[in-house]
Amino acid sequence: MSESRAPAVVVRLQGVGKTFTLGDGSTVALSDINLDIGRGEFVSLIGPSGCGKSTLLRTIGDLIEPSTGTVQVNAKPAKRARLDREYGMVFQAPVLFDWRTVEENVQLPLELFGQDKTTRARRAGEMLELVGLSDFARHHPYQLSGGMQQRVAIARALAFSPDLLLMDEPFGALDEMTRERMNSELLAIWERTGITVVFVTHSIPEAVFLSSRVAVMSARPGRITHLIDVDLERPRGLATRESPRYFELITAVREALRTGEARADETAMSAERAVAEGGIG
Amino acid sequence: MSVAGRVAIFVGFVALILVLWEAAKVVGGDPWRVDGEVIWDPPLKFSFASDVNLPHVWEVWAAMIAPLNAGTTESLGAYLFWQALYTWREAAIGFALGAAIGVALSVAFVHFGFFERAVSPYVIASQTIPIVALAPMIVFFVGQTMTSVVIIATYLSFFPVTIAMLRGLRSPDPRSLELMRSYAASRRAVLWKLRLPASLPYLFTALKITATASIVGAIVGEGPGGIRYGLGRAILFFSQQYTIAPEKLWSAILVTAALGVIFFGIVRLTELLALRRWPEGFAA
Repeated sequence: MSESRAPAVVVRLQGVGKTFTLGDGSTVALSDINLDIGRGEFVSLIGPSGCGKSTLLRTIGDLIEPSTGTVQVNAKPAKRARLDREYGMVFQAPVLFDWRTVEENVQLPLELFGQDKTTRARRAGEMLELVGLSDFARHHPYQLSGGMQQRVAIARALAFSPDLLLMDEPFGALDEMTRERMNSELLAIWERTGITVVFVTHSIPEAVFLSSRVAVMSARPGRITHLIDVDLERPRGLATRESPRYFELITAVREALRTGEARADETAMSAERAVAEGGIG
Repeated sequence: MSVAGRVAIFVGFVALILVLWEAAKVVGGDPWRVDGEVIWDPPLKFSFASDVNLPHVWEVWAAMIAPLNAGTTESLGAYLFWQALYTWREAAIGFALGAAIGVALSVAFVHFGFFERAVSPYVIASQTIPIVALAPMIVFFVGQTMTSVVIIATYLSFFPVTIAMLRGLRSPDPRSLELMRSYAASRRAVLWKLRLPASLPYLFTALKITATASIVGAIVGEGPGGIRYGLGRAILFFSQQYTIAPEKLWSAILVTAALGVIFFGIVRLTELLALRRWPEGFAA
């Protein structure tokens, strides 16, 4: 949307922290997160449950306000970026409106942004073609499989050409085979559109296969412990999943997760009070 | 199921009820007479099956087609039909007003927490006051007009709609609200594009309750309302004659029940039409 200025850094996180207060207990969900995500990057956030990766994604989207630090998207505060509709969001569930057809679901953001009917129809048509669902435009979401529904959600997120895509475990509810196919399709879309993607997952193979960089997080408090560059060649496909380098990187991410966990346990033991798990996800 | 199949089931069930009705009279009713002669004396005596408590089906039917009063041409059935139409008009206006108030209240509750906390106790309290206590007061304030009956019907209608709509407006998944927030959607857009469509199945559930409740409200209101027309008036009048002519009250009751079923059916058809885009099972 802001192609003209197009800062090279799309997401800038500086000293981001988030503390949830519940009753008289409080939970440190995020602590001192610093990360720059460049234009066109595909960055995965990976970590154990409760490490705050979804919380971090939501602070980028200004769905949650950080307690400390600043979040910038396209060199403006996250809230301004949200109001300027600079990002598309995909959740773990497709979150489609059952009373709308597939194409009407894709048109939802365009309707909200006041675009006219012809533009909306054309744009929805293009997006459905991109995700391979042109034949299902008139169907209702409940008539589609889980994988197809998630593709509709992706088409909807891309419909208004945002330059940032935030994805919160979008394929977490799919079976392994569908997930691998969706991974390839997502990469194809990413390559074709040049969009910047921040992708939350707890699947190591998925993170490695998709990303240009993997941010490994640890829990209590949620921190980024490792940043791993994924230097696998593109375009990636079946051969990538069978290459030795792919397995090396999977091992690297797994080890990073393990050391992060060990460090988190030490922190937890020295913590003044045990904190509840609730509120971070 | 096909429409013909549904109709067949309905007709079959009505026939079954009539057969059971007469069967009870065969087993335990008063002696059956033709031209004053006893042709069958039931072996048992059930008090509920006596001719006063349960007149023969054909006596009810005969009363329906017989003139209402000696000297008039209008039959009891025709009279009841016009009274039903009158009552239905009161009920339908009350139904519409009640639905409108219910939707307005629930939308206000969802958007203004302080309003909900302040007003909802009164809304709930209002429904615990029996209508028989309230009706005379309303009639005293408004006068013996159709307006007071409409107010009573409205009063019985708005509550189910308020409660169901409140639930419906709050039914969207938190993530769909996050989605709307990610689009920087205004509260109005969230209401129109998400909350209201999502609440439609809830609304229709309430409207089906309201369809019958509004008729009860109108009938109950006609008595203290001093209305000279309507099923409420007919029921009051015929109940005074019950020991002499029980079939007349039975006729009035059957017409009232039919009115309720028809009004319910209209709402149900509207629901099927409005929810045709929903997954199967939502319009149930």
